[in-house]
Amino acid sequence: MRNISYAEALGEAILEEMERDDTIFTYGEDVAKQGGIFGAYKSLLGKFPNRIFDTPISEEVIYGSALGAALVGMRPVVEFHFADFLFTGIQSITLQIEKIRYMTGGQGKLHLVLRGPDGVSNSAAAQHSESIETIFMHIPGIKIIIPSTPYDIKGLMKTALRSDDPIICFEHKSLYATKGEVPEEEYFIPLGKAEIKKEGKDITVVSMSRMVHESLRAAEELEKEGISLEVIDLRSLVPWDKETVIRSVQKTNRLIVAHETWRRAGWGAEIASTIQEEAFDFLDAPIARIGARNVPMPFNALMQNFVTPNKENIIIEAKKLLGR
Amino acid sequence: MRYSKNFLVSLYQTMQKIRKFEQSAEQLFLEGKLPGFIHLYIGEEAIATGVMAALNQGDYITSTHRGHGHMIAKGGDIKRMMAELFGKTSGYCKGKGGSMHIADFSIGVLGANGVVGGGLPIAIGAGLGIKMKETNQVVVAFFGDGASNTGAFHESLNFASVYRLPIVFINENNQYASTAKTKETTSVQNISDRAVSYSMPGITIDGNNIIAVYETAREAIERARDQGGPTLIEAKTYRIKGHFVGDPTKYRENIEVNKFWENEPIKIWEKQLLDSKIITDKEIKKINEELDAQISEAILFAENSSDPIPENALSDLFVDDAGYDY
Repeated sequence: MRNISYAEALGEAILEEMERDDTIFTYGEDVAKQGGIFGAYKSLLGKFPNRIFDTPISEEVIYGSALGAALVGMRPVVEFHFADFLFTGIQSITLQIEKIRYMTGGQGKLHLVLRGPDGVSNSAAAQHSESIETIFMHIPGIKIIIPSTPYDIKGLMKTALRSDDPIICFEHKSLYATKGEVPEEEYFIPLGKAEIKKEGKDITVVSMSRMVHESLRAAEELEKEGISLEVIDLRSLVPWDKETVIRSVQKTNRLIVAHETWRRAGWGAEIASTIQEEAFDFLDAPIARIGARNVPMPFNALMQNFVTPNKENIIIEAKKLLGR
Repeated sequence: MRYSKNFLVSLYQTMQKIRKFEQSAEQLFLEGKLPGFIHLYIGEEAIATGVMAALNQGDYITSTHRGHGHMIAKGGDIKRMMAELFGKTSGYCKGKGGSMHIADFSIGVLGANGVVGGGLPIAIGAGLGIKMKETNQVVVAFFGDGASNTGAFHESLNFASVYRLPIVFINENNQYASTAKTKETTSVQNISDRAVSYSMPGITIDGNNIIAVYETAREAIERARDQGGPTLIEAKTYRIKGHFVGDPTKYRENIEVNKFWENEPIKIWEKQLLDSKIITDKEIKKINEELDAQISEAILFAENSSDPIPENALSDLFVDDAGYDY
């Protein structure tokens, strides 16, 4: 099978759907001429010049206009430059997009996609490094996909572009250049369906995005010490695949939830809480939560790497759970 | 006059319909029959009525927290509106929105909005959508003087100008942003002065003069429809009632309010119609009786409608809610 990058797979998904459906158009800062600040749209350069365009730095309008465009029958795809900048236009999402269908008694279909980069990279510091997906899980009204591979982003994005509900997609900056197998044939990945990336018997590790790859590295190292991790990639956070996690915990009896966002009240707390409510009898140890330290992201790489979780944190927690 | 009698009388009817709907809503609220907040448009009816008279049925509007007038003038059903004020299942939002969130996407009303300035980015999106679809529809974005001091106002007018979107911005300057006097919180004398920054025409008119509103809006709407870009119209009016029903209005003198009761748009228009013999006292009486009957019918409909079952709170969030955890 061919290998393409995460960015190329994303571009393919959007391009294929734009060719099929002329109500899809996409815009944001630095997308049309530069192909996105991290190259997410490089493969779209020069294509559909009227349906891919650059905007002013007006985030409240960029996000809010997606809602207006959806209400008049279009399927807008909006890039949010950096996840951090969702906050500069946040009312358009949390007070409008997430509420208007509900508060109008189910009128209208909000087929829109907000997508863009998040996460830590290269000393970007506190205003360009955040992972803020938990906030959108907390506030009802938007679905969340967080693909970790080229295969997943293509399949999830194609599903998103045919959905009638608002969807936000977080793409970790470190993933755009990563390559993976993507079939030529068309395929779709449903929301709410986790993937077991690696089967194991001792501990279940639930993660998403960059932390899936950290979990797989940790699993590989621990394998040498005779510890077997089962690594689950949730792929979507709203809805999230509770059944797959419960089934895995019933087998392993131990659970680690690992994410890059802050540990305190991060989405891992929601997963941990749900599992203790619904699979308490299967747990042989407390559920471990891994997340960033509760500070803004520091600039200096030594400090940045200190507060950001990685495979080492997973290895340490796994050994603790097994009393080693 | 250069307009048909039917047209001129219909303006009167629409303004009175809004006024009577709201006077009833105020009364019902004060009797404790309506929950939540109600923001009245009393004294500002000429703006919604004049603008909507210049719009086509297929055009869109975004409204505000003070939105009953926009909805009625765009053809909203007052029964379903009244039922929504009561929180009933037969209401426009099935009791999930209330006064501040009434919408009817099927008649182009993209929603009242509880956020000051919240409708502006939505109007931009509707304008973008129209541009992409290459239809000749137009969007009118209603917003208040308070909203003209938000960031959304700046972002929206710049965006609309840069992409020459088919939007008419109607600023309803009722001289108060909640309890604050607009002239004490706004850097310009006329909000339309701000249009210069966005390279679009800016016009200030008397918002209580129905014909001035209609003609100014018509010209701007035609320009937008002909791909001539957006316009900012400031319609100066006065918020005769408080910010919300029950507002003690300690921030202004009664004498100021009384002055504007003398200059309110329906009184002016009724006098003009009578003075120019377009309509008789008898016809006025008949129109008002018919409207009173319609309002009574709406109230009856609302009162007799059923309350939602509590579990209805768990529907209408998503089109497809498979796997969603309520």
